[in-house]
Amino acid sequence: MAEITHPPIRGGFDFSKWAIVPAIAITICFFVVPLIIMLLVSFWQRIGGKLEATWTLANYEKFFTKSYLVDALFNSIEVALVTTIVSVLLAYPLAHILAYRVPQRWQRFALILAVLPFWTSYVVRSYSWLLVLSDNGIINVALQSIGIIEEPLSMSYNRGATVLGFVHFFTMLLTLTIYANLVQISPSCRRAATDLGASNFQVFLRITLPLSVPGIAVGAFIAFVITIGDFITPQILGGNTELLIPQAIMLQIGRAANFPMASVMSMTLMVVVTVTYFAFAKYLKMERV
Amino acid sequence: MLKESIMNKKITRRSVLVGGAQLITASAILPRFANAADELNVLVWCDHADPKLLQPFEQAHNVRVNVKTYEGTGTALSVIEQSQPGDWDVFVIDAPDVPQVAKQGLLAPLNKDDYPWNDLFEQIRNAPYNSVDGKLYSVPEKFGYYGIAYNDSKVDGPDMSSNDVMWNSKYKGRMAVYDYYFPVIQMIAISLGMKPSDVNVQNLEEMIRPKLLELKPQVSLIGDIVGVQNALVSGNVDMIVAGAEFAVSVLATERPELQWTIAENGGLIWTQGLAIFEDSKKKDLANEFVKWVISPEGQGLLATSDCYWAMPTNSKAALNDAQKQILRWDEQPGFLAKSHLSFLPQPELDAAMLELWMEFVQS
Repeated sequence: MAEITHPPIRGGFDFSKWAIVPAIAITICFFVVPLIIMLLVSFWQRIGGKLEATWTLANYEKFFTKSYLVDALFNSIEVALVTTIVSVLLAYPLAHILAYRVPQRWQRFALILAVLPFWTSYVVRSYSWLLVLSDNGIINVALQSIGIIEEPLSMSYNRGATVLGFVHFFTMLLTLTIYANLVQISPSCRRAATDLGASNFQVFLRITLPLSVPGIAVGAFIAFVITIGDFITPQILGGNTELLIPQAIMLQIGRAANFPMASVMSMTLMVVVTVTYFAFAKYLKMERV
Repeated sequence: MLKESIMNKKITRRSVLVGGAQLITASAILPRFANAADELNVLVWCDHADPKLLQPFEQAHNVRVNVKTYEGTGTALSVIEQSQPGDWDVFVIDAPDVPQVAKQGLLAPLNKDDYPWNDLFEQIRNAPYNSVDGKLYSVPEKFGYYGIAYNDSKVDGPDMSSNDVMWNSKYKGRMAVYDYYFPVIQMIAISLGMKPSDVNVQNLEEMIRPKLLELKPQVSLIGDIVGVQNALVSGNVDMIVAGAEFAVSVLATERPELQWTIAENGGLIWTQGLAIFEDSKKKDLANEFVKWVISPEGQGLLATSDCYWAMPTNSKAALNDAQKQILRWDEQPGFLAKSHLSFLPQPELDAAMLELWMEFVQS
């Protein structure tokens, strides 16, 4: 795509050089400074109910030597990974059908249907799933009424329910990012491959899939980052029966006001997210979605 | 008339400037004065957000009560740390946390004579955490129990009379636990024959930890009040450990099968208190608010708040017969006699309890 350039304004104020300043200012004020504060607080300690600026690695040492906290970190990573993978696997076919099978005049309507879940409150959506999955929920009642099961299946308050709640949300988000990417792929690329004798599957594998990786990467990265930091869904659907890092952070703040320990946990999550970013960085091309 | 008066005066540039300056000054200052006496900022549990509790006070004093609700003293302290001194006037606080907050200099001393002190239940008014160094910092306003809330149509009633029901395999996977380490650990201590105040770091590790971890396979949900209530109502669980009147009484009319009880071997009492911030600029008005909430009328309304019901500390609270029945009001002297007050852990023990709780959740 040809890049659009603007000629410099002779003798005038070159606004384009300064247009980025608000974005930089906002990033510094609302991201960099809080992050630095959080990093500093993570070296402090809460002693006798008060915060003390004692520079120590004790909080980090505690975090990495307590097996339940390390387990919580791995739980969070596992839940985020499974959610992301399942969401991609469900969203890709949906986006593919939307982009290539649904007539153009219906695509807009289909996209509106895809974003409908975003219009509902996050908490309400989680509680709605609870009504579906609970012992007296729609699925169990239906299965019992047609005699397939006698005792209700235990579908709520476990990791599966948490992942289901996340997947419901992120499948739609990923559908949008992948769809936006797929419709940008020039039809002539696929047509050329077909003319050269490639089968439909080969066209998909060699042309469509590689060119749609940026759309997958952007959606997957967003899904991973939001999932690993989410508190509500594991609380409502997962029943808080396993410790995740956001739950541990909430306990440290809500019950003990222990900001240093909460900061250590938050910094650890930041490291995980940063590593994930670098893993995805090669494919994170926002202009392609 | 007004027009003539204005026209008769000579309008000069100087008078316009002076008038403008006065207008700007007035517009900057007047709203503050206008608001100074007519707003009260209260940091409270959700039961104080009920309009039927607030409106009579607002009307009587021609003020507006601005309510900020929180759950957990840690959360409240976070809000306070992020506020300016004087932003808050009244603090509704978990009574065992009063000394910790008072020692930070956040609370103003109160005068017992301002309140119907002798009408408050004796065990509650004499709780050690209302005062620090002989000075009263919190007026106990509401109390209740950590016990067992249950669905009477799903469980055997007699099983509920002992905390040992927590480990009864008959109810495996059918119980929710209120997500607060403090009462659950103390309930386990009582079931082990200890007083809550006997808990220390050593027996927490040696005696309580094994019993707490043994509880985990029984549990299908660890949640906040709304979460465990929802699980009980929707039939996902049959009982709530560390739940009692605050979890089910508000639903009594619609769901009479939801009951609560305390163990024969001893219940655990929770208390919340009313305190006034040391930096409040409206201490008199704040004290009037405390007086209103602690009055018989205020107590009846607070006890039956839409958010959650619990016992008023004022024994003369204005409750009707139906409300008394739901709250098991007539049984209070007996309940209080066999119950223990939640104790005040030192920071080291509190931290150890929280760590044990995280291990329990993860186990």
